[in-house]
Amino acid sequence: MLWFINIAYIAASILFIFGIKMLGNATTARRGNLLSSLGMLLAVVVTLLNKGILHYGLILAGIVIGAAIGAIAAKRVQMTGMPELVALFNGFGGLASLLVGWAEFARAEKIGWVYDYPLFTAAVIVLTVLIGGVTFTGSLVAYLKLSGKVSGSPTILPQHNLINAGILLVLVVLGAILCMNMGGWLGVGLFALIMILALGLGVLGVIPIGGGDMPVVISFLNSCSGLAAAAAGFVIFNNVLIVAGCLVGASGLILTVIMCKAMNRTLGNVFFSGFGGSTTKTGAATEGEMKASSVEDAYYVLEAAKSVVVVPGYGMAVAQAQHAVKELGSILEDNGAEVRYAIHPVAGRMPGHMNVLLAEADVPYEQLCEMDAVNPLMPTVDVAIVIGANDVVNPAASEDESSPIYGMPIINVYEAKTVYALKRGQGAGFSGLVNTLFFRENCRMLYGDAKSTVSALVSQFED
Amino acid sequence: MEALILLLFTFVLAAFLGFELISKVPSQLHTPLMSGSNAISGITIVGALLATGTSDGGAIVSWLGFAALVLATVNVVGGYLVTDRMLGMFKKKDSNKS
Repeated sequence: MLWFINIAYIAASILFIFGIKMLGNATTARRGNLLSSLGMLLAVVVTLLNKGILHYGLILAGIVIGAAIGAIAAKRVQMTGMPELVALFNGFGGLASLLVGWAEFARAEKIGWVYDYPLFTAAVIVLTVLIGGVTFTGSLVAYLKLSGKVSGSPTILPQHNLINAGILLVLVVLGAILCMNMGGWLGVGLFALIMILALGLGVLGVIPIGGGDMPVVISFLNSCSGLAAAAAGFVIFNNVLIVAGCLVGASGLILTVIMCKAMNRTLGNVFFSGFGGSTTKTGAATEGEMKASSVEDAYYVLEAAKSVVVVPGYGMAVAQAQHAVKELGSILEDNGAEVRYAIHPVAGRMPGHMNVLLAEADVPYEQLCEMDAVNPLMPTVDVAIVIGANDVVNPAASEDESSPIYGMPIINVYEAKTVYALKRGQGAGFSGLVNTLFFRENCRMLYGDAKSTVSALVSQFED
Repeated sequence: MEALILLLFTFVLAAFLGFELISKVPSQLHTPLMSGSNAISGITIVGALLATGTSDGGAIVSWLGFAALVLATVNVVGGYLVTDRMLGMFKKKDSNKS
């Protein structure tokens, strides 16, 4: 039976590989997701054929409970709540891997370390607990920040980086001691300590990171949950865990790198700098003033516009304005204007956040443009509407060398003939930076809730 | 020792394969890719099943496995469903006017 199970695991791995490959292409993505879910089903079903498996009632109960919770959460979630849900699922995956490592440790303590390579197994158990624990609490903190249950701003302890490095060092040392002292109370105590420190490290690792850096953090934690599963695969000598976990680890890492590039920062910088908290650079002082405008004025300008670019940001998600925005877009199109949506790779709180929201509002994806495609067209654009985006359109990033975001690629809305910036109030963005765009000659501010402002514009057109 | 090397070999090859598979993904698909691959990381469900069903570890191992099983199932089922829901919303212009 074992050979049959292993063959099925190979088939499942192939389904995962094709699944991920197809997820990278718009036309095949949905089928790819289906294929990979079939791979998962196959892996689960053949695992149950293992002759060592008992407690089928318990297994069935676990699957039913988990499937019910997962299905309800997936059906109920609002598209604006997607980042926190993904973070939460991710944390569950990490905790599951930790528990698998723990269960194997408990089993070894009971029946003895009767492995072919006890040292290796102990080491990978420690690794699984470490990565799984960090993934779990890190994702949980990300979830709390994203859902607004705790403040999204960075929380930084004195000597924060030193503390984290210290914990990591202690973890490595404890892990090494554990590998040489399996069995007995010392081993159990060390194991418990390692678990607690790993969980603590996840919290301390993510609390200094501000809300605007969340796309990097989520992709990184996603990568970690894959690596935790791969580490668990080494614990139980199972190839399908190693292959699938490693694929996820690699794909998550690629996404992390893409996000970092879009902010012109390194991964180390995101994790160790506590953006907006410890930075001493504040950028040059700005001159001029922000010019408030009214919906009526904006209507007259938009009415005459032939080419309009909408730049959404996290503010659009907060105001849940995507449907109103789509309505405005359609009206402008009927009015003869060419409408594009320019999406910065790190706009919002997770990779691709804006695309998901606009897709929910039925914006055809041909109208969604990437930053590099839309920037060359900017000087020909009549009106750019910035909806709740801030740092991704801040010209200081390309002009002011003393600005902390200097070098970050931005959407050059300041080159458009007129810019309307929808903003809740006069405050700065997540990084606490002044946006020099708002002080430009061609920029007008429309203060207020993004959804009501856009709806007001729509009703102007309808009158 | 060969068995260990073979696992490591698998791991390294899978890592390279992972990097090759999705080096270029349109930003529109970043979220579905992330949540879809997140569902795949729920593969740890296999480890959870083995731990829950184990006969030689005693009650503690089974219950730890059970907790892992519930969490991994939430990750797997929720992850796939939510990804499918998102991908179902990506439409082309023509299909969306009908």
